[in-house]
Amino acid sequence: MVIKTEPFVVNFGPAHPSTHGVFRMRMTLDGEVIVDMEPVFGYLHRGIEKLAEERTYTGCIPLTDRLDYTASMTNNFAYVLAVERLAGITVPERAEYIRVIMAELQRIASHLIAVGTFLNDCGAFMTPVLYMLREREKILDLFDMVSGQRLTYNYMRVGGVSQDIPEEFIPALKKFVKEMPGWIDEYDRLLKENEILLARTKGVGILPKELAINISASGPVLRASGVKRDIRRADPYSIYDRFEFDIPTGTAGDCYDRYRVRIEEMRQSVRILKQAMEQLPKGKVRSDVPHLTHPPVGEAYGHIEAPRGELGFYLVSDNSIAPYRFHVRAPTLINLTALRDMMVGWKVADAIIIFGSIDICVAEVDR
Amino acid sequence: MTLALSGEEIAKQIEKKFPKSIVKSSPEGLVVDREFLLEVASYLKTARGLDFDYLTAITAVDYLDYFEVVYQLTSIKHNHSLVVKARCYGRENPSLPSVVSLWRGADFQEREIYDLFGINFEGHPNLKRIVLWAGFEGHPLRKDYLRW
Amino acid sequence: MEVGEVYSSERLDKTEGEQIESLKARSQQPIPDPDEWLEKELERNILLTSVDSLLDWARRSSLWPVVCFPACCAFELIATAASRFDISRFGMEIIRASPRQADLMITAGTLTWKMAPQVRRIYDQMAEPKWVIAMGACAISGGIFRSSYSVVPGYNRIIPVDVYIPGCPPRPEALLYGIRMLQQKIAKKSLAAEGR
Repeated sequence: MVIKTEPFVVNFGPAHPSTHGVFRMRMTLDGEVIVDMEPVFGYLHRGIEKLAEERTYTGCIPLTDRLDYTASMTNNFAYVLAVERLAGITVPERAEYIRVIMAELQRIASHLIAVGTFLNDCGAFMTPVLYMLREREKILDLFDMVSGQRLTYNYMRVGGVSQDIPEEFIPALKKFVKEMPGWIDEYDRLLKENEILLARTKGVGILPKELAINISASGPVLRASGVKRDIRRADPYSIYDRFEFDIPTGTAGDCYDRYRVRIEEMRQSVRILKQAMEQLPKGKVRSDVPHLTHPPVGEAYGHIEAPRGELGFYLVSDNSIAPYRFHVRAPTLINLTALRDMMVGWKVADAIIIFGSIDICVAEVDR
Repeated sequence: MTLALSGEEIAKQIEKKFPKSIVKSSPEGLVVDREFLLEVASYLKTARGLDFDYLTAITAVDYLDYFEVVYQLTSIKHNHSLVVKARCYGRENPSLPSVVSLWRGADFQEREIYDLFGINFEGHPNLKRIVLWAGFEGHPLRKDYLRW
Repeated sequence: MEVGEVYSSERLDKTEGEQIESLKARSQQPIPDPDEWLEKELERNILLTSVDSLLDWARRSSLWPVVCFPACCAFELIATAASRFDISRFGMEIIRASPRQADLMITAGTLTWKMAPQVRRIYDQMAEPKWVIAMGACAISGGIFRSSYSVVPGYNRIIPVDVYIPGCPPRPEALLYGIRMLQQKIAKKSLAAEGR
């Protein structure tokens, strides 16, 4: 006897404890299995691209902070790189090294949140999050020392950074770098062979390699699907070509691979930090630029490897003190294109895990 | 290092295959006529030696006389990049063919350009507002959008 | 299996758009702060009965916040709830997902017109007595995004707010101070008398 079933639609509303921000999914379910899914977002669209057209180039830096708020330093970095490309400004050596140190610390902090909240979604209710946040507090203390802020730093400037690092920064960073690999090993020991984690994430939400390239995925999502592309190697910006580091890649493109790629990237970031600290030269931290940046008419696209993917800024200038067009290439918006393909056929509980493994930040999706 | 290909060289290559399709070209990029956009894009994606299989970004700019849509293309295999632009004229109902059939990554980005600029993309499977709500009047990122 | 037309997303989007536009039209003035009851109480100078003070003590020592995490301030809220700043010593470690089980809404992030009907709905679903803390510059007045076309200039256009905490984002210490101010307000103490 065949039981007749009917699909029904369920709303994963904008305010939901599992979604990483205000993101809505309209799911058509047949029992527990998802047959269709429509993402709806825009609940945090603040019009950053329009607001930037009425601010000076330096005044846009606080706006970029608030794009992907868990990784403000890398947002600043991408933006000032684009402005420097547009205006043809060079950056002193010490500033380059400081920028790399901040970017790699930020990558570790962002991945800690990504992995922690991913494990929270898997069901390990609060324990991994609290451990990861403990480490993140140490990084935030370092950032507090440098910029006075814990979350939205506004630290980088066109032509360098806003102020030099204080004396107690390098000893504190040395201590952090010595202890961090031990903590990453602690998480790994607890989680790598955990049966529940493996059962819930291995083989779930597979993103095949060709689809990943076709949807312009970037960051850990692309690398976990087997494509070895990292902007720090493919198109080195700043001084990344002086450091030795590996690019962790996955094979299967499932949630477990995306989680492993992030853990390995944290280890590689620590490696870069060690090298950058040793090579840090003395000198100025900002080149002599005029108070108001006045780039010539033209356009530039500057991109970096942000923790969530390839973050790019497309700027068009008409020789005035404000950008004519300010566009953000948001990695998480583009990574979401394949969400429907990854979710159809899985159950509702898996949907949360798949969504968490892509690691979005709604402020960047909506801008 | 990603090599930024010269727009002029590629324009010469494209002109041989599709005459009259290039409006302007410079070392930084090339501007394609909107009638030939899909064919040129398909050629850029599949031609050997070019292989632009990765669409990095699409964005639009409002230069009051016309809208210019900028495509940043990259090839993962050869590690080179190219900037292609297309222009559409008219403020009432500007439109361009959609490249979603070639690069699916264009899906949400084209919807966002429709939402904020009002440019129609012919052939897009689901062209509706994405970051603003249905019933919002106007297209905010246009230069003549009045706020209050 | 054949899915067919289960729902029409155009109709759902259109209904949502109409809701947003009508809420926007109704919310052009800020809602006044719910402080009149506090002033009247103090003017009358009636001594609180011991049952009242017991109830107030219970209410303020176990405020359960509801999930409302739009933007950046959410991460300072999460950091306050984590082990370093430990909001649980104030009885607030349980952040309820269901608004019916919560009595405090800490609005941590920018409010856009698209999200406004949902926030109003969450607020309406909370049972009395309920309080609202507006956390951060965006919640007080729209913050850095005030002049944007899609941002509500402060949560007090949509819901009445009890305590405002400035900062962008406010440090966890600032959030704890704001929570303590709310606890004193619930205890019906006069904030002016104690020299705040």
